[in-house]
Amino acid sequence: MSWLTKSLGSSLGKKLLMSLTGLFLISFLLVHCTLNALVFLQDGGETFNKAAEFMATNPVIRTMEIVLFLGLIVHMVDGLRLHFENKSKRPVAYAVINGKNSTWYSRSMGLLGTLLLLFLVMHLSHFWFNARIAGTIPEQMTMFEKMKEVFVSPIPVIVYVIGCGSLAYHLMHGFQSAFQTIGWNHPKYMPTIKCIGNIYAIVVSLVFAAMPIAFHLNLIK
Amino acid sequence: MTKIDAKIPEGNLAEKWTKYRSSVPLVNPANKRNLEVVVVGSGLAGASAAASLAELGYKVKVFCFQDSPRRAHSIAAQGGINAAKNYQNDGDSTYRLFYDTIKGGDYRAREANVHRLAEVSGNIIDQCVAQGVPFAREYGGLLSNRSFGGTQVQRTFYAAGQTGQQLLLGAYSGLQRQVGMGTVEMYTRHEMLDVVIIDGKARGIIARDLVTGKLERHFGHAVLLCTGGYGNVFYLSTNAMGSNVTAAWKAHKKGAFFANPCYTQIHPTCIPVSGDHQSKLTLMSESLRNDGRIWVPKKQNDPRKANDIPEDERDYYLERRYPAFGNLVPRDIASRAAKERCDAGYGVGTSKMAVYLDYAAAIVRYGKAEANKRNIHNPSDEEINVMGKEVVAEKYGNLFDMYKQITGEDPYEVPMRIYPAVHYTMGGLWVDYNLMTTVPGLYALGEANFSDHGANRLGASALMQGLADGYFVIPYTIGNYLASEIRTPAISTDSEAFVAAEKAVSDQLNQLMNIKGSKPVDYFHKKLGKIMWDKCGMARNEAGLKEAIQEIQALRKEFWQDVRIPGELDNLNPELEKAARVADFLELGELMCKDALNRNESCGGHFREEFQTEEGEALRDDENYAYVAAWEFKGESEFELHKEELKYENIKIAQRSYK
Amino acid sequence: MEGNLNLTLKIWRQKNANEAGKFETYQVSGISEDMSFLEMIDVLNNRLIEEGDDPVAFDHDCREGICGMCSMYINGSPHGPNKGVTTCQLHMRSFSNGETITIEPWRAGAFPVIKDLVVNRSSFDRIIAAGGFVSVNTGNAQDANNIPIPKEDADEAFAAAACIGCGACVAACKNASAMLFTSAKVSQLALLPQGQVERAKRAQAMVAQMDEEGFGACTNTGACEAECPKGISIENIARMNREYFSAVFAAK
Repeated sequence: MSWLTKSLGSSLGKKLLMSLTGLFLISFLLVHCTLNALVFLQDGGETFNKAAEFMATNPVIRTMEIVLFLGLIVHMVDGLRLHFENKSKRPVAYAVINGKNSTWYSRSMGLLGTLLLLFLVMHLSHFWFNARIAGTIPEQMTMFEKMKEVFVSPIPVIVYVIGCGSLAYHLMHGFQSAFQTIGWNHPKYMPTIKCIGNIYAIVVSLVFAAMPIAFHLNLIK
Repeated sequence: MTKIDAKIPEGNLAEKWTKYRSSVPLVNPANKRNLEVVVVGSGLAGASAAASLAELGYKVKVFCFQDSPRRAHSIAAQGGINAAKNYQNDGDSTYRLFYDTIKGGDYRAREANVHRLAEVSGNIIDQCVAQGVPFAREYGGLLSNRSFGGTQVQRTFYAAGQTGQQLLLGAYSGLQRQVGMGTVEMYTRHEMLDVVIIDGKARGIIARDLVTGKLERHFGHAVLLCTGGYGNVFYLSTNAMGSNVTAAWKAHKKGAFFANPCYTQIHPTCIPVSGDHQSKLTLMSESLRNDGRIWVPKKQNDPRKANDIPEDERDYYLERRYPAFGNLVPRDIASRAAKERCDAGYGVGTSKMAVYLDYAAAIVRYGKAEANKRNIHNPSDEEINVMGKEVVAEKYGNLFDMYKQITGEDPYEVPMRIYPAVHYTMGGLWVDYNLMTTVPGLYALGEANFSDHGANRLGASALMQGLADGYFVIPYTIGNYLASEIRTPAISTDSEAFVAAEKAVSDQLNQLMNIKGSKPVDYFHKKLGKIMWDKCGMARNEAGLKEAIQEIQALRKEFWQDVRIPGELDNLNPELEKAARVADFLELGELMCKDALNRNESCGGHFREEFQTEEGEALRDDENYAYVAAWEFKGESEFELHKEELKYENIKIAQRSYK
Repeated sequence: MEGNLNLTLKIWRQKNANEAGKFETYQVSGISEDMSFLEMIDVLNNRLIEEGDDPVAFDHDCREGICGMCSMYINGSPHGPNKGVTTCQLHMRSFSNGETITIEPWRAGAFPVIKDLVVNRSSFDRIIAAGGFVSVNTGNAQDANNIPIPKEDADEAFAAAACIGCGACVAACKNASAMLFTSAKVSQLALLPQGQVERAKRAQAMVAQMDEEGFGACTNTGACEAECPKGISIENIARMNREYFSAVFAAK
């Protein structure tokens, strides 16, 4: 198996890991986002709570959760490693940089990822840690009610909106970049991939951001 | 006068090379491992020779002054490479390529060498394709050809306008493969500053590491100079800034004869000089003359803009003088005609040293044809104009863009201004059939030698010659010499000859550094260039050449008293590099003038005003000058002429006419 | 005085690889807009020489955009502000009177500075030596037309092969990555039948060498493609990735 560690340890291998875990996380986000959108059904969180309950108890989902965390950790560790390694490749910085040759967010994936990580810490402590690990959410309290409670204060709302903004830009580059890395760049299809990636990034982030705002403004019944 | 022996094999012309290859002594593989070869220069000739020799098993060292062997100036060749493949079924053959090359060279090249060149031309294409050189192809997947000046068949293979680049990168990849395998040691940013001669044989070189400034001694059982041409003696040329004569000139001063130095090719279609700041000239491919029309105003010093000059006040002088070939006359003729018009006061542009190359007629012609193709009846002038420009852009777009980039003018709207510029030097170190100079063990390949193009080179033949020499000639002919060297062990670089050679180089560099004069190297180089261009350029005459010799001698003296070289010896010092090269150009320039003065005839790239027909065409003197002028260095400003008679046994010499 | 551009130049000066460098400011005046950028530097250098100063060392050779030797990082862009040109083809009409121009060397750990604006790019040569070739000895070749190649493939291979090895991709990349350079050669040979025999070995060897030289990984920002004077596409990087992954996972 030394060939595998050697290959995954190469610059291309590290990128492959980023790409595959990234795509995996993208697929998770779609599920997460769809489930969350159920709060907008205005049924007092009934459907949403059922779905949340299913996610929390189904053994397959619980297993996937472990895989998800592993994927997330690989994505983070690999990302940070790439970031610092890449930084070291230019020991003397330029005095002047003209940023017109690429988008700012494509150059700032490490920063955006770090912002996302900070957001994630808060997000997980709000919902996942308390519900699954610490058990500090009372039995009778549903996930819907918990959300209502969290988003009363404006601070988490602001943090969530910033987090979703970071997510949007992270995905706008990450989505198409993942395809490029695994070699799926074809003149016929790449424009479509980029287009889907942008739509995905914006829609998913908007849906996520809409929740705390809507809860905060009491728009969800 | 010593007799110089070209060592041309006996037998019929067509069988000489085959017979030679079958009978040349061989070196067995075990012995090859002990034989070391120094290759100077990494262009088409150098890279191909080094890779091929290393493949055979020789220990090879390669030197180039650039930061990578891939940067050698072969990379800039645009048009293509000739080969007698006859893929087009248009009647091409080895003999025809041979014949065209001899005739194009104005009957001043050696028959046996040129025939060998034509014989191996096909193998070059095979080799390059096998390496992955992406030549242009037809839709059927087979190789495409185009036609070039001086021929009636389509035998030119090409890769867009970057054929030289693709061929060089092919040779470079072969070279790097050997470097990776450890059979070639590559020395980049190294410049050869002398050849070391022991017991009359070339045994190595002195090279300067341009980064550290350190002088190094390198031994070789044989030394190959693949160092290109000396067009930069004119300061302004299409050569790269670093192209120089130093390696060849040092060899010349150590005993290698220099042949036909006055044969210089002036390319007719270059972007003209825009001011005193000009550092080099850019070629516009010869292919532009296929569709463009060349003209000047009929009125002297006409101040009007090109588009304001009505049709009947334009002088399409090439079409007027050469109705049969028109704008497609060979390079030397087109260049001289442009100079004649400008000298007579009809030149255009701010400098008045340019002529127009006009695409307006071609745009209309192509526009109308395109309208027919698209079934547009009665198209408006505007539509014709748009469609015509589209067609021209497809054919010549990259050249037009380059012109616009450099001049700031849009050639789709206004005629291009062009003027001839120094492009290639047919002269070089004298070599025999083995490509060996008059110094045993010292070889010259590619543009650095004189051998194949006579007094004028045909388009797309330089790439052919460089690769022929490196891939298919030297691997055989070097065996002829090295077979007798297998008993020579590697000579220590601490030996007396190496130490002395290094000291001489070191002394010269120190001398240059210590002049501490007042003028930068460029000042002298520009002055030399002007003397050469005015008096030993497109047209020469006895009085001018004699003046030039004196002026060059005076300039050389001034250089050695007043040049200022900043920086240190032991650091990267581009000014010192330039100074050492210009010092050699200042000696070569004199020899070029002397050679031009000696050759009392006009042929190919050498046009003596005293020797022309009544219509102003070149007048050759086959009775007295059908020889190679090989000059031996005898001391400062002293050169002895040796003549190698050119015998034409297979071709009937005739006058060239393009009327 | 040939023209009327007056400019302020901030140029990186560094005596050699071991000493620290710094920016020096120079004024040049009377610059013609017909000059190339390098001719403007020539003017400055000749003045510096006459004034007894050390001229600015910079790499250059063909001055027609094909040898790949020139390498200045001008106002934050490799080869300056114009698209699709090298520094030697950049002309002063692209600048305006009174402008300040900052000129830096290529910055990358794998391209150490030798002096002033001159850097060492021999890492590129070693990447090619690792596998950027077809192993065919002189004389091994069959007739050229025995290998028909679809025109589209030949054209695409040519587009990749047009790389001049200048290193602008590395200079432009925030990670100083050499993926565009390496992938151009991998692509050229992967697209041609001649390159098939060694394709798996080639991709792995060249990538390994690229990593060993100390170039960064790719973030797919596309800066390399945008700054490449020859317009080499990042599709080549995707192709190299395919070549590499299929070599790694499918090879025995």
